[in-house]
Amino acid sequence: MLIRNAGDLTENDVTPEPIYRRRREFMTGIAATGILAACSAPTEAAAAPLKAAPWPYSTPEPKTSFKDITSYNNFYEFGVDKDDPARNAGGLKTRPWTVKVDGHCAKPGTYNLEDVLKGHALQERIYRLRCVEGWSMVIPWIGIPLADILKRYQPTAKAKFVAFETLNRPSEMPGQRRAVLEWPYREGLRLDEAMHPLTLMAVGLYGQTLLNQNGAPMRLVVPWKYGFKSIKSIVRISFTETQPRTAWQVSAPQEYGFYSNVNPTVDHPRWSQATERRIGEFKRRKTLMFNGYNSVASLYRGMDLKKFY
Amino acid sequence: MASKTRDNLVYALVWLACFAPIPWLGWNLFNGDLGANPIEALIRQLGVWGLRFILISLAITPAARILRMPRLIRFRRTVGLFAFAYVLLHWTSYIGLDQIFDWGAIGKDILKRPFITIGMTAFVLLIPLAITSTNAAIRKLGPVRWRRLHRLIYVIAPLGVLHYYMLVKADHRPPLIYAAFLAVLLGWRIWDWARKANRKT
Ligand code: HEM
Repeated sequence: MLIRNAGDLTENDVTPEPIYRRRREFMTGIAATGILAACSAPTEAAAAPLKAAPWPYSTPEPKTSFKDITSYNNFYEFGVDKDDPARNAGGLKTRPWTVKVDGHCAKPGTYNLEDVLKGHALQERIYRLRCVEGWSMVIPWIGIPLADILKRYQPTAKAKFVAFETLNRPSEMPGQRRAVLEWPYREGLRLDEAMHPLTLMAVGLYGQTLLNQNGAPMRLVVPWKYGFKSIKSIVRISFTETQPRTAWQVSAPQEYGFYSNVNPTVDHPRWSQATERRIGEFKRRKTLMFNGYNSVASLYRGMDLKKFY
Repeated sequence: MASKTRDNLVYALVWLACFAPIPWLGWNLFNGDLGANPIEALIRQLGVWGLRFILISLAITPAARILRMPRLIRFRRTVGLFAFAYVLLHWTSYIGLDQIFDWGAIGKDILKRPFITIGMTAFVLLIPLAITSTNAAIRKLGPVRWRRLHRLIYVIAPLGVLHYYMLVKADHRPPLIYAAFLAVLLGWRIWDWARKANRKT
């Protein structure tokens, strides 16, 4: 695994030039205040700049272009083709946004997005993203470690899993008008996976708030799992005792398991997972176990990853 | 003479219409309009055009009969050969651009991935049809054997649709639309054969 120390990276590596320049002009402090300001910005769909501290373990690999990250998406709520989300997501209203927190925790409730994020420092983390379809990107996310968010709601001893739900609003999410998947989209993690320091709740990328097609206003990023585990536009977080159902598992259980860790030795029944095409590159490259994030291996010690795919 | 010129002109137009997707795809590729994953987009487009031309070639006989325009039949060979050309390009892009001649991986894909196995079968079955499309080959085989051989298309077309259906992740509607067209085209033939068989008895 490539872990460089922070000294290898400068601000310029982490942020594109124009935003970097813009940011310097009104850099004040580093906190989630950026997204709070963005929440009250006048236009709905437009992204607002976000300030974040660079994280020392970001991958130094070249980043996928902003254009590709925001125009090649799987977000079936807006249609099944890769260019559908960019085309159809403009009508989604992400303000106001509330998140329901329920299940086995001491502080359940319905919270405004602002309250979920308040007080947390934003980090800029450059992660690899590997899609189950055999392509990958390198994305400079901005977010908060999920563990920091979850701890606030004080999960009880009974909480073994965390379940997530995407917004279900067919009037603004045209893909939901057909039952391509079971709506709302659901995902889940084991509590220890959710609490792992690599698991991120992202609110932005490339120095600005998320665009709708990338899962605005708040989405999960679990870099060692296939992309579909990183659920978008989250409106519900539930602490559960039993393993939650997930959308793709319900749709095709023999193809998509609960864990869905990136694993080059376990093929999808219909295609190989041994290699991937990095978007923007021509040649396929070898897929790495856990997408190269080997520190998560201890989470799965003693488990047969062929069985728990 | 005038009608001969008109025939040639019509033929040239049909040919150009069949050919048009190639420069169109080339232009989009060149301009970066095939999106972030142009190789995947190219393979998919070529596959879809291959399937479309297979279905168009199957539509020509019923169209000629229903519209009472027997001369439409002369386009059947051209459309069929274009279908083969698109599938050949589809296959070549998969081999050369997607897998970059990694024969080990390609071999595994063909054996282990049912959707590729089926696509490959359809492609291999198309080859004898393309080879026997010359006048000389038709003469050599004789009309009876030639026609019998070319009935392979009734196997190839469903395999092509099945290949498409199996590779789709969640939204099965597009391949089902092609399946519906195919069902109509094959259904017409069954109806037609049944009618002829009845008339004979
Ligand atoms: C008669 C033969 C064939 C027909 C009609 C055909 C047609 C198609 C169609 C319609 C698609 C889906 C396009 C889309 O999703 O929009 C497709 C995808 C595909 N075909 Fe074929 N195909 C044929 C043969 C083959 C062969 C021989 C191979 C390789 C050995 C192949 C490999 C593929 C692959 C890899 C894809 C998926 C591309 C992707 O999603 O990345 N096909 N084909």
